[in-house]
Amino acid sequence: MKNKKKPEKIIFQSEKDVPLMPMSVGSMLFNKTGAWRNIRPEIDLANCIQCGICWKFCPDVAIYIENEFPVIDYDYCKGCGICAEECPSKCIAMVEELK
Amino acid sequence: MKKVIMGNHALSWGAQLARAQVIAAYPITPQTQVVELLSEMCASKTLDAKFIKVESEHSAMAACLGASLAGARTFTATSAQGLTLMHELLHWASGGRMPVVMGNINRAMAPGWSIWTDQNDSLSQRDTGWIQFYCASNQEVLDTVIQAFKVSEQLLIPSMVVLDAFALSHTYEVVDIPDQAKVDAYLPRFNPPVRLTPSDPHAFGGLTSPEHYFEFRYKLQKDMEKAPALIEETGREYEKMFGRYLGLVEDYLCEDADLILVTSGTAGYTARVGVDLLRKEGVKAGNLRIKVFRPFPFEKVRQVVAGAKKVAVVDRNISYGHHGIFYQEVKSALYGADHDVPVFGFITGLGGRDVTPDTFKEVAGLTMAKSRPEEEITWIGVKK
Repeated sequence: MKNKKKPEKIIFQSEKDVPLMPMSVGSMLFNKTGAWRNIRPEIDLANCIQCGICWKFCPDVAIYIENEFPVIDYDYCKGCGICAEECPSKCIAMVEELK
Repeated sequence: MKKVIMGNHALSWGAQLARAQVIAAYPITPQTQVVELLSEMCASKTLDAKFIKVESEHSAMAACLGASLAGARTFTATSAQGLTLMHELLHWASGGRMPVVMGNINRAMAPGWSIWTDQNDSLSQRDTGWIQFYCASNQEVLDTVIQAFKVSEQLLIPSMVVLDAFALSHTYEVVDIPDQAKVDAYLPRFNPPVRLTPSDPHAFGGLTSPEHYFEFRYKLQKDMEKAPALIEETGREYEKMFGRYLGLVEDYLCEDADLILVTSGTAGYTARVGVDLLRKEGVKAGNLRIKVFRPFPFEKVRQVVAGAKKVAVVDRNISYGHHGIFYQEVKSALYGADHDVPVFGFITGLGGRDVTPDTFKEVAGLTMAKSRPEEEITWIGVKK
């Protein structure tokens, strides 16, 4: 993923450095919510029509577009299945996690 | 310009003069006219604001928070069941430092189903981190909305402007509507230090580990502690421009008073009539009306009661298993003070039962009859 931030733990040493509101505290770089998933979306790119609907609907921003095709970020995909439900060409399958 | 308006419309006028930019509200008796007039103001373009219709008070506050985070001056109003439905979002507003201003009409909580006034709805929101102003006249409601935006936006802490159901919300009074240009000079545009914007993306309110959560709360409290001085400063500035001082408390004949009756909301002005009657009978009584409940004006309360022999707190609310809520606060303000004064606690007027000048005469008689309180709650007006 092109713009993926390198994980770097933000630790404020003093309350003076803490922003007023909890803002961009960087916690999600370490809290990989993809581990919650029990079914995973798998895209059959041969049937993908590049409409971008899965990218638009993903509530966790866990789909990005690379070389004009969607790619799933399994570090953060929770397996909700919205992409598979919305895909007009039905090329996303929800497959049981066996690991 | 002077107009005869109801308390609810004083809230709407305050929001219009403050040039609120986003309003999201859900109607509920006895608040409905606030929203009705605001929607008319938006439709007729006298107020250039986005009016967002929502399906609940929870959503109303959520919409306000999004708008506030995007940098818009945001107003809403509610009452009782609506306010308590918002409860979760009230914590989001203060914790996220979003300076929304909200009118709340004090209405008794159900059951029994009630539309009449008491203060348990807003006082149940005590620990949500909102500034709370309790008003006693329609003029004060309008002025306080404008001041609340100024205070809230400087501290990035939301404010609640509270008024009694019917006793104020539906009562018509003469109100001086300030000149728009002067209000603009008093209240500059809202310009938050950070905001939701595509050019500088941030995640707001995300997972915050024990490593940092504590510091966010420390900072909120530290800024809340700045509010009393800022309220007095902005109140004096308001007086200079509009001729009306907006402070933390209002005291009436307290300087030489032996007995001080402590009140809040419209009961404060009723208490003044009671004080006048008592003075005619030779009782040196005074009234301390607490206007700001959070942050609690500890210093002011200590100063005002310093010379008194007895203090009687009249609460239109109750903390079940404890006492009247203002009574608790006044006692805690006086703990450790140089001057040891007995504080008596009275509960009256729940669910809209009338509080009259005679209520205060009865309170004064009961307080003067004893050297120290023998019970934590004395009930006034229970049918026995």
